[in-house]
Amino acid sequence: MTELEVVDTEVVSKDEKTPRIGRRSPWRRLLRDPQAVITGGIILAFVVLGLLADVIPSYGPNEASLQAYNADVGTEGYPLGADASGRDILSRLLHSINTSMVAGLIGSSVALVIGVTFGLIGGYLGPRVRGTTEWIFALIQTFPGLLLLIILTPITKGDFRATMLIFGVLLAPGIYRIVRNQVLGVKNELYVDAARVSGLTNRRIMSRHILLSVRGPVIIAAAFMFGTAIALQSGLAFLGVGSAGVPSFGAMISEGFTNLYSEPTQFLWPSLALGLLTAALVLLGNSLRDAFQGARPKAAKIAPPKVLREDGTVPSAAAAPAESPGLLVVEDLAIAYPTPSGELRTVVDGVSLRLDAGETLGVVGESGSGKTQTAFAVLGVLPPEAVVTRGSIRLEGRELLGLSEGELRTLRGRSIAYVPQEPMSNLNPTFTIGAQLVEGLRSSGSMSKQEARERVLALLGRVGIPDPERTFRSYPHQISGGMAQRVLIAGAVASRPKVLIADEPTTALDVTVQAEILDLLRDLQAELGMAVLLVTHNFGVVADICGRIAVMKQGEVVESGPTTELFSDPQHPYTRMLLGAILDEETVRTDGPVAAPVPLGTDAR
Amino acid sequence: MTAPLLDVKDLRVSFPGRGFRAKPVEVLHGVSLSIAPGEALGVVGESGSGKTTIGRAVLGLVKPSGGSMTFAGRDITAASAKERRALARDIQVVFQDPYTSLNPAMEIGDILSEPLVIQGATPKDARTRVRTLLDQVGLPSDAVHRLPREFSGGQRQRVAIARALAPEPKLIVCDEPVSALDLSTQARVLDLFIDIQRRTGVAFMFISHDLAVVRHVSHRVGVLYRGDMVETGPADKVTSAPDHPYTQKLLLAAPVSDPVAQRQRREERQRRAQEAREQVLPAGVA
Repeated sequence: MTELEVVDTEVVSKDEKTPRIGRRSPWRRLLRDPQAVITGGIILAFVVLGLLADVIPSYGPNEASLQAYNADVGTEGYPLGADASGRDILSRLLHSINTSMVAGLIGSSVALVIGVTFGLIGGYLGPRVRGTTEWIFALIQTFPGLLLLIILTPITKGDFRATMLIFGVLLAPGIYRIVRNQVLGVKNELYVDAARVSGLTNRRIMSRHILLSVRGPVIIAAAFMFGTAIALQSGLAFLGVGSAGVPSFGAMISEGFTNLYSEPTQFLWPSLALGLLTAALVLLGNSLRDAFQGARPKAAKIAPPKVLREDGTVPSAAAAPAESPGLLVVEDLAIAYPTPSGELRTVVDGVSLRLDAGETLGVVGESGSGKTQTAFAVLGVLPPEAVVTRGSIRLEGRELLGLSEGELRTLRGRSIAYVPQEPMSNLNPTFTIGAQLVEGLRSSGSMSKQEARERVLALLGRVGIPDPERTFRSYPHQISGGMAQRVLIAGAVASRPKVLIADEPTTALDVTVQAEILDLLRDLQAELGMAVLLVTHNFGVVADICGRIAVMKQGEVVESGPTTELFSDPQHPYTRMLLGAILDEETVRTDGPVAAPVPLGTDAR
Repeated sequence: MTAPLLDVKDLRVSFPGRGFRAKPVEVLHGVSLSIAPGEALGVVGESGSGKTTIGRAVLGLVKPSGGSMTFAGRDITAASAKERRALARDIQVVFQDPYTSLNPAMEIGDILSEPLVIQGATPKDARTRVRTLLDQVGLPSDAVHRLPREFSGGQRQRVAIARALAPEPKLIVCDEPVSALDLSTQARVLDLFIDIQRRTGVAFMFISHDLAVVRHVSHRVGVLYRGDMVETGPADKVTSAPDHPYTQKLLLAAPVSDPVAQRQRREERQRRAQEAREQVLPAGVA
């Protein structure tokens, strides 16, 4: 799909204002997400209420008054009532917020500092350092957290801050693992190599280049750990671990629990507050993930490829003009994709091609020219969000647009075959080559297993594989790229198709292998009399194998004609430009080495 | 001949084998090459020939297992991390893939000024220099505040070239710098390389699988085949009338963009392949 994205304008002129697509920072994107705004607002409100804990209520959190014993909601001075010890519930609630926030902050920051530091070190430095950190963090993770914290109460003296400090250490493996995995993924990126070549120290590479790229998942994890820390602190307080003097949601719930039948609201308030706070944190974490890692497209937006006709009719075979003699005819084809703003962006605009039986047509163009999209449309494998806005594709007079997936599948098995650009990614690594070819052959016809096997072996021999038996039993990773392409060609021609569509079939191969594959395609074409539609950017390949060429530029065919004519007498300026850009064999560099270096920027030019 | 800027002698590189107690795999079996100041040396080879590994060894990204490398008279075969950082001023790199060689999270201005600041330039000097660099590679100066993803492949490669030029190096290792680019972009970026070399006298080690690309920019060319340098010589000689059979095969396999000439080349290639088969057959029968 990268094909579609960039139309190479090469040098941007100074006055041109390119739209800054996707320039919004994740934080800005977060502000446009209602879920993030609402949950963020709730958390902010909690923080503000916590800060005002000494201002709003009339009593302190631990001020007990006998008169206020189990006071009802709305009692003078006790807006939410008082608990069994006669303490103001509102005051205790607000102070509990502070306890939770401090607990969350301590827990998650300790986890962050330890996890990120060691994650960077373990991921970036050698295997020995990684082995050690790995071992230590695995050990930490084996400690049963809650039990350990209870056992350690004599050391922490029940202070929840000390408890959270320890809990932060116990949370650190989670962050460590995330950072280490991210770093392992990023550290072999070329830009890290480039930074190393630029003379940056390891520390600077880690802090500038690697940390910047891994920050997203870490921020997300931190939001969740904040919630975890709050929940754990409440849990401990509920169990009665920790000093009784510190108001906290857990302690309040525990006290309300004992009074549940007589005074249910005492249980309700802290539960409500704790539930709201942790839910807000989790949901904010989700929004953060969407903002930083990009939300998955909603399933509802994906629909089967649509064929839009101006008159609203579905094209039918009968509508095809009877006089068209070509084997495969593409007429005025236009393909568009929906943009995020809802409009359609046209990537193929009125392409007409004609392929006669037994000929080879080269569709040439640079990236973004729409050549692959055109080929995909003929194969009926456009992505679901693509829209065919107009046009027609006919094979032997039969309209292909609008056919059901089942009909297309039959067609792809028998009449149209496909050879892809990346042979390796088109073979399933878990099955042997023989099994895959036999399955393909049997799905398109009624053939016994034995027959299919013999036919596959014959085909493998025909496409120039030296030891068909051995290749038949091999898995894809055991053969080379050139052999894999031969295997795919064998699979493609197995059903003696009328049309073979090859999308950059030799681009991923070495030149010596490319020459052999092109020879093979030429031989097979002559032998089977099939027509070949070859999509490529390489004029050498076109000159070698194609009888006719269509040159595409930004979704349109700008020029087409017989290969010899097009090379010797190109008409369109774009074709001339492309042909002019080819590095021919005559021009060799003539100027000798310049020995005396001139500092950049000081030369007069 | 002047003293070489880079002199590589009998370079060997091995990678650890896969699996428990596997033997290391040697990918370079003693390669020698030299590059004079201001010279462009093309290194051609197919996948698996070890051409990229040579570049990475010179850059200090892989450790040689044998041989020696001398840069401007200094032995850099086993340079320490600190010595390597000092060398960064003199040896730079342009990688193949302009999509992954620029940090996606950094603005162009930061990408370009970082190496300068590291080498001790003041932020103000660095900014001025970045503008000069952008101008030299044909990018507008407002590119400074944009992210790599806002640029096309060709433009990104220009940014990568500007980054390599930043510390005024003596040698730039270019690893397939144009193979990810469109045809028309490819030609313009190659011209930019030549232009920069004429103006600054920087030397290039130009690694590519494409004879045409190497012919276009190189003064001399070396051909690598499975970890051995099979042929070296002047660019026009090696890329048009090579001596070694492998180079000849490589040349005949590269399709010419001319239907008539390509037909002749194809027939010549097929004739030779046929001859080779006939030579093998009697031996096999005997």
